Amino acid sequence: MQSVCPYCAVGCGQRVYVKDEKVIQIEGDPDSPISRGRLCPKGSASEQLVNSPGRQTKVLYRAPRSTEWERLDLATAVEMVADRFIETRRRTWQQEDDQGRLLRRTMGIASLGGATLDNEENYLIKKLFTAAGAVQTENQARI
Amino acid sequence: MANADCIIIQGSNMAECHPVGYQWVAEAKARGAKVIHIDPRFTRTSAVSDKHIPIRAGSDVVLLGALINYVITNDLWFKEYVGAYTNAATLVHDDYRDAEDLGGLFSGFDPEKRAYDTSSWSYAEAEDGTIDDPGPGSEHGEDATARAAGHAYGSGGPPLEHAEVQRDDSLQDPRTVFQIVKRHYARYTAEMVRDMCGIDVADFEYLARAITENSGRDRTTCFAYAVGWTQHSLGAQFIRAAAILQLLLGNMGRPGGGIMALRGHASIQGSTDIPTLFNLLPGYLPMPSAGRHDSLGEYLEAVGSKQQKGYWADADAYTISLLKAWWGDAANEDNDWAYDYLPRLTGAHGTYETVMGMLEDEVEGYFLLGQNPAVGSAHGRMQRLGMSHLKWLVVRDLNLIESATWWKDGPEIESGELRTEDIETEVFFLPAATHVEKAGSFTQTQRLLQWRHQAVAPPGECQSELQFFFELGQRIREKLADSQDERDRPLLDLTWDYPVDEHGDPDAEAVLAEINGRHLAGPDAGEPLSAYTELRADGSTSAGCWIYTGVYADGFNHAANRKPGQEQGPAASEWGWAWPANRRILYNRASADPAGKPWSERKKYIWWDQEQGKWIGDDVPDFPLDRAPGSHPDPSVGGAAALSGDDPFIMQADGKGWLFAPKGLMDGPLPTHYEAQESPVANALYPQQQSPARLVFPRADNLSAPSAGTPGADVYPYVFTTYRLTEHHTAGGMSRWLPYLSELQPEMFCEVSPELAAERGLEPYGWATIISPRSAIEAKVLVTDRMRPLAVGGHTVHQIGLPYHWGVGSNAVVSGDAANDLLGVTLDPNVQIQESKVASCDIRPGRRPRGEQLLALVAEYQARAGLTTETGNRAVTDPTMED
Amino acid sequence: MGQLTGPTDPTADAHWEHNHPRKGFFTDTSICIGCKACEVACKEWNHNPQDGNLELLGSSYDNTGSLGASTWRHVAFIEQGQERIEEARESGRALVSLGMPRIGPPQAALAGTDLADADTTPPDTADFRWLMSSDVCKHCTHAGCLDVCPTGALFRTEFGTVVVQDDVCNGCGTCVAGCPFGVIERRSNGTVKVATSREEQHAKHPTVPNEGIAQKCTLCYDRLVADETPACAKACPTTSIKFGDHDDMVDTARERVATLHAQGMTEARLYGANENDGVGGTGSVFLLLDEPEVYGLPPDPRVPTADLPRMYRRAGMAVAGMAAAAALAFLGGRA
Repeated sequence: MQSVCPYCAVGCGQRVYVKDEKVIQIEGDPDSPISRGRLCPKGSASEQLVNSPGRQTKVLYRAPRSTEWERLDLATAVEMVADRFIETRRRTWQQEDDQGRLLRRTMGIASLGGATLDNEENYLIKKLFTAAGAVQTENQARI
Repeated sequence: MANADCIIIQGSNMAECHPVGYQWVAEAKARGAKVIHIDPRFTRTSAVSDKHIPIRAGSDVVLLGALINYVITNDLWFKEYVGAYTNAATLVHDDYRDAEDLGGLFSGFDPEKRAYDTSSWSYAEAEDGTIDDPGPGSEHGEDATARAAGHAYGSGGPPLEHAEVQRDDSLQDPRTVFQIVKRHYARYTAEMVRDMCGIDVADFEYLARAITENSGRDRTTCFAYAVGWTQHSLGAQFIRAAAILQLLLGNMGRPGGGIMALRGHASIQGSTDIPTLFNLLPGYLPMPSAGRHDSLGEYLEAVGSKQQKGYWADADAYTISLLKAWWGDAANEDNDWAYDYLPRLTGAHGTYETVMGMLEDEVEGYFLLGQNPAVGSAHGRMQRLGMSHLKWLVVRDLNLIESATWWKDGPEIESGELRTEDIETEVFFLPAATHVEKAGSFTQTQRLLQWRHQAVAPPGECQSELQFFFELGQRIREKLADSQDERDRPLLDLTWDYPVDEHGDPDAEAVLAEINGRHLAGPDAGEPLSAYTELRADGSTSAGCWIYTGVYADGFNHAANRKPGQEQGPAASEWGWAWPANRRILYNRASADPAGKPWSERKKYIWWDQEQGKWIGDDVPDFPLDRAPGSHPDPSVGGAAALSGDDPFIMQADGKGWLFAPKGLMDGPLPTHYEAQESPVANALYPQQQSPARLVFPRADNLSAPSAGTPGADVYPYVFTTYRLTEHHTAGGMSRWLPYLSELQPEMFCEVSPELAAERGLEPYGWATIISPRSAIEAKVLVTDRMRPLAVGGHTVHQIGLPYHWGVGSNAVVSGDAANDLLGVTLDPNVQIQESKVASCDIRPGRRPRGEQLLALVAEYQARAGLTTETGNRAVTDPTMED
Repeated sequence: MGQLTGPTDPTADAHWEHNHPRKGFFTDTSICIGCKACEVACKEWNHNPQDGNLELLGSSYDNTGSLGASTWRHVAFIEQGQERIEEARESGRALVSLGMPRIGPPQAALAGTDLADADTTPPDTADFRWLMSSDVCKHCTHAGCLDVCPTGALFRTEFGTVVVQDDVCNGCGTCVAGCPFGVIERRSNGTVKVATSREEQHAKHPTVPNEGIAQKCTLCYDRLVADETPACAKACPTTSIKFGDHDDMVDTARERVATLHAQGMTEARLYGANENDGVGGTGSVFLLLDEPEVYGLPPDPRVPTADLPRMYRRAGMAVAGMAAAAALAFLGGRA
């Protein structure tokens, strides 16, 4: 399966080898005119990025003042986030500025991230946040 | 880059940070090209270059300015290119005063607002007027709104009312851009470089000769930079300075030339094109600002005047097509295409302003999407304390990064500033999918979109961002479905309907198709658009990001094009898809002379074919295909139709490369050397020490070290600079959890010269504590000749190198103190990027104190230096210039 | 058994009936950028465990240290000042004037550039340099490890390389002493140290494979049989690690030395390409920019078995002498 390295912005081609629904090896794609099959140490470690023993694959939740994580199922988590999103948006809504000019926004919700995400993902994030009036979307490009 | 004859790598450690991209440099070098690395440190890039030139961090404009001066003084500029393709001959308004005349300030500076009124920088107009920003909302230099606008010009130049400029083609008029540039850099000499950069005269001459001997008709020189140029309080001006040099040498728009921005993340280019950035909409359209863009008419007039030259004159088509993509039928002519569904800015709302908003309890909820600001952002302590004020935090990542665990094991828990039991913040950790567990496109550093196919389904509860945000949007819309509240209309009217697979993951190609856009009316209704020139301002087209239009032409995903490189020519146009229009070199019209002939056989790329009556060549011509070289349409017709046959810079409002920037920059029309916010060196060029328009945040938690010559400067006597290593990735979220990468660089270290080690008694591979006005961290000591003390202005400047990959936590394979904790927040006014490549510190042997004693140590230094929120934060430092 | 010293074709010596030319690496350290992609690509492919103790080693950017049971590629980092560079340039020049290593004609070397007036002065940063070099098993023509292996676990492949059969090796360790380069080692346990909060995650992870067994670079035997390039050479961003037919590798290396010498970089020299050395030449050849010792390589490696024929001769003479003495004694006794 052809893919692209997720680390820096050179965009090296990768080939992903899959067996029994599991990634078993990721190597450089010799067809790529950008990388010609080569990878750096990070790109070469991509298989470990996917299959790393330290990777977190379950939802975790930390309640206010709690000292520990607890498990939460994904659907509940999304539901809770949606509730908080709506609530914060209502509470922090700014319809107009002090001169009566339209603002139509919330300064109560922010996001950071995107430089490691796909264009399509950034597009949905920008679209949803802008429609919600959450203007403070930012990513690594400014860091 | 493989076609270059000389490659200057400055502000980048390319071999370490982009090793696979470096093969093209290695290839050029093997062909005989000269490779010169200019960097504070001798790095792995220096090791494989022809020459390494050590430079004092933050002094790059002095060096680049001196190269500009060298080129002009020695008459080495590319006359035909400069005369025809740049704004060298254009006259600037009479009221303009240069920094040379005003002690380092340009005309129009308002010390109260700490900002420029840029009107005096404008081009002169016949009858003594100025060619201004278009639109009614142009309140010159007004407050932070204007400041935030600088980033809005991404792929093109800022707008002009029109392009009817005055010219003096002899370049003799003192008001010509050429003469202004010449005067501005006259004092940027080899001796000034020696005294400010620490580069000796022989090395400067070597560099100047290498560049000039490898520029011209037959040869081209290429610059490569990365965040070593951007992360400064005048970072945008570093790049502008290189652009001026490259334009003077005729190295823009030509093979083996240009200025290559080496970006650090897989799709950081994509994330500015389709921006998760506060000030932009997709395709570098600005987010509307209250007071400037209150109506669609005002907005369009301000973004791209119909009277100016080039493709930005069609901004109305791009904007309305975006609104149609988002709000479908709800966007119609009667409601100005739902323009009022867009929220408005009232200033800069960048990530650092957001963190300060958290500390003031204005921000309640925060999403972290594959980003680890507790380690990776400047001023880590402010980041973590900011998060402790949130009501809720959503962290979506592969691993339990420090930004998800600061409430449990962060540095402030250890120092006693925070108690876990007191922190009210709810934290959701939602596991993310890796790059092989989802389909989608990345846009790499040369604007190339490449599609990734999904190889496997994400494990456990891991999800792509696509799926998470699609589902979150659906939930929110369901919950608001019955709302009558007008404010919820933009959410409810949003086009939010994508086909999903059996796991509920939306089809990324369907999203790409929406981004590409489609015809909404006529015989082709529903069909994908094939080029942005098809976009219309009458609601008959939609496109989520106009610069990407064409990626899904004919209903085919061109980002997934995979014709093997070995079966294609050098431009490899059938691998992926480059915006705009699959063009690999921008402004490539400049690769031919004004008559349309290649400058030389060796550097042939795009040329005019008289028989066919069109531009042809090795790439997609970046020019109206049939615009003959000699044609001179009336500039008043506006838009692409107004472009002359010799206007290669088609996104600039006058079609020319800008040596002098009459609009668009917040901190000066010409790059000018200022010292960093914190510097042990006094500015030898001007009484003005720092960039007057830099954005400062005078707060007790963001103190700055005194600059040279002010009391307390010797308390933080050394310069430190932060950087990456090959073996890790940014804040470590994708590398410190991997055993194979962790073992290669297991511990935080600092790099110091033997001289500094002797001066401070640092033991090789022992511990050292580094103290800045914000924090203190510990690191192992690498004593190395690769760090070289520099003789600057009669005294020795020691620089300390700090990789920034480690963070304090207990989940990663390796952890350690974070270099970014030392940094403060001072921003470039054009782009709001923090200054993280240069700051002041002290260093001493041994580990740092723990607990409260750490805070005591930082406070003791602050007291000794006499720091207040005023320190280092004055806009104008020349007492004679202050009103 | 084949020849124990001198030039030979090791594959033929091992009685392979095949069409495979001998395979090998050419590691050109003059273009190595020290990225360590080779180390990671090797570990990924071969599933070799992490083996560092996660502390700085105290050797510039090298935190690997040396080749070992779990590290089959190792990048060395050496920082040098001007004096040492000049010495290296001088010693390299002397090597060439001694005719060793042999180098190709300089014209051929310059053919690769399209700049007729290419600058041939030596590189300008002459006061300091940072050498980087990726080391690997030499796959010797006369391999000490293989020759001393009592179980036959080590064998010569059809590609002329030397490989351990994990399921045959009994971990006796004789080979460890047999290698003049210190390449082969037995894999110990306890090589993986993890942060405290991750122990639970690691508990379900497989233990270190092939514990106690002698391990070293296989030159990716499992990839070669599938006609694939070894993992390290495939990943190498600058082609510092080249893979191919051994003869071609040696030729390429010689041309490269000639090119560098023509550019004034007389410090360049070959390592391992001399088939008359103590291991009969190596399958992995290197272009070095200084004396081998600088990189931690033995200047004159000798396989222990290289001395066997001489020892046999001596032993034979001794035996004959003893027989003669015995005969004399016998005869004397008789007399």
